[in-house]
Amino acid sequence: MATKVRLATVWLGGCSGCHMSLLDIDEKLIDLAEHIELVYGPLVDAKEYPHDVDVVLVEGALCNTENLELLLQIRERTKIVISFGDCAVTGNTPQLRNKLDIDDVLTKVYQAGPGSIPKGPESVDILPVLLPKVHPLHALVPIDVYLPGCPPDPDRIYKVVAALLAGEKPQLPAESITFG
Amino acid sequence: MSVITLTINGQEVSALSGATLLEACRQNGVDLPTLCHLDGLTPIGACRLCLVQVEGARRLMPACTTEAQDGMVVQTHTESLKEYRKMILEMLLSERNHICSVCVANGSCELRARCAELGVDHTRFEYRCPDMPAIDLTHERNGLDHNRCISCTRCIRACDQIEGAHTLDMQGRGVDSRIIIDMHQKWGGSTTCTKCGKCVNVCPTGTLFWKGSTVAEMEKDVGFVRWIKEGREKKQWSL
Repeated sequence: MATKVRLATVWLGGCSGCHMSLLDIDEKLIDLAEHIELVYGPLVDAKEYPHDVDVVLVEGALCNTENLELLLQIRERTKIVISFGDCAVTGNTPQLRNKLDIDDVLTKVYQAGPGSIPKGPESVDILPVLLPKVHPLHALVPIDVYLPGCPPDPDRIYKVVAALLAGEKPQLPAESITFG
Repeated sequence: MSVITLTINGQEVSALSGATLLEACRQNGVDLPTLCHLDGLTPIGACRLCLVQVEGARRLMPACTTEAQDGMVVQTHTESLKEYRKMILEMLLSERNHICSVCVANGSCELRARCAELGVDHTRFEYRCPDMPAIDLTHERNGLDHNRCISCTRCIRACDQIEGAHTLDMQGRGVDSRIIIDMHQKWGGSTTCTKCGKCVNVCPTGTLFWKGSTVAEMEKDVGFVRWIKEGREKKQWSL
């Protein structure tokens, strides 16, 4: 039996919609399972990002210091990094906060905003510190494949992953590289 | 009307004298990407997507505003031109706040369509994320969202040249360009707007939209512009 491809999935500053779309490839997951070993991600109980990963799907934008450290580790330990979905590729809705001053973000959103949620201090020590601006992944590390869409539809994801498993460079048709 | 001969991408083609390079290209099966161009409105060469190489010219020429000349030798799809076009789209994406996932025009947006056609799957430029003026929802039917505007001025030209109202205009220069209503007033208070909706229909992005439409609900129809222009040229509606 051929060695399985070591696949990881990562959830940074996003809503997990891209991961939901990945699960939506439905029965094709069974075909994929024969060829891959899922080594890290929200669907796997691994505490640390492993070494020698072949392919990783990274969902979400770079929003805080934890995202930043993990992405550097991912790049160092992975052959092919896929920028997975609009947040990863463009910053998408997380970057709507970029026009706000970093010192005011939490106050503007949680205290000056509507509703009656509990009030807290501007920063909480146990949470990772927010970056001054939200960035797409390629602002920090080189990216091998861009997979836009909010979320990318299941077919699009399958095409990219299947091409990589076949050892080919994924070439998406024009209708499959739209944002949003 | 006389006919001229020119060379486009190594092929000798003919065009009517007075035609623009864009018309000559399209009539001869060479498609050039455009955003600010719309059949029926005067061309202005704003978006630069249709830039072509003309032999002997010291700079690239926008095909939409350059008259085709007899004997011209034109290249439309060299590697560097393709690269410049991608760069232009990437700069447009990073200039304002084009958040496609929450845009009314998702699905009907020409900027998004050009990106897909030309293979722009990300932008290499840093997003500016500018703080734009508030969305104007004071008009009875239409909304104006500056975050999505690419300053193509199709709305301004349709309002002026087709409707004849000239309610819309442009204020500022470069990245500070903004569509304004009358003398920079709220749209709802405009005394010149006829509420015809031509501006909304010709807008290539989600900048101008029908009030009440939500994400991806906008549908636009631009065919009427050419129909009106041709009708006028033929004096179809003269007494």
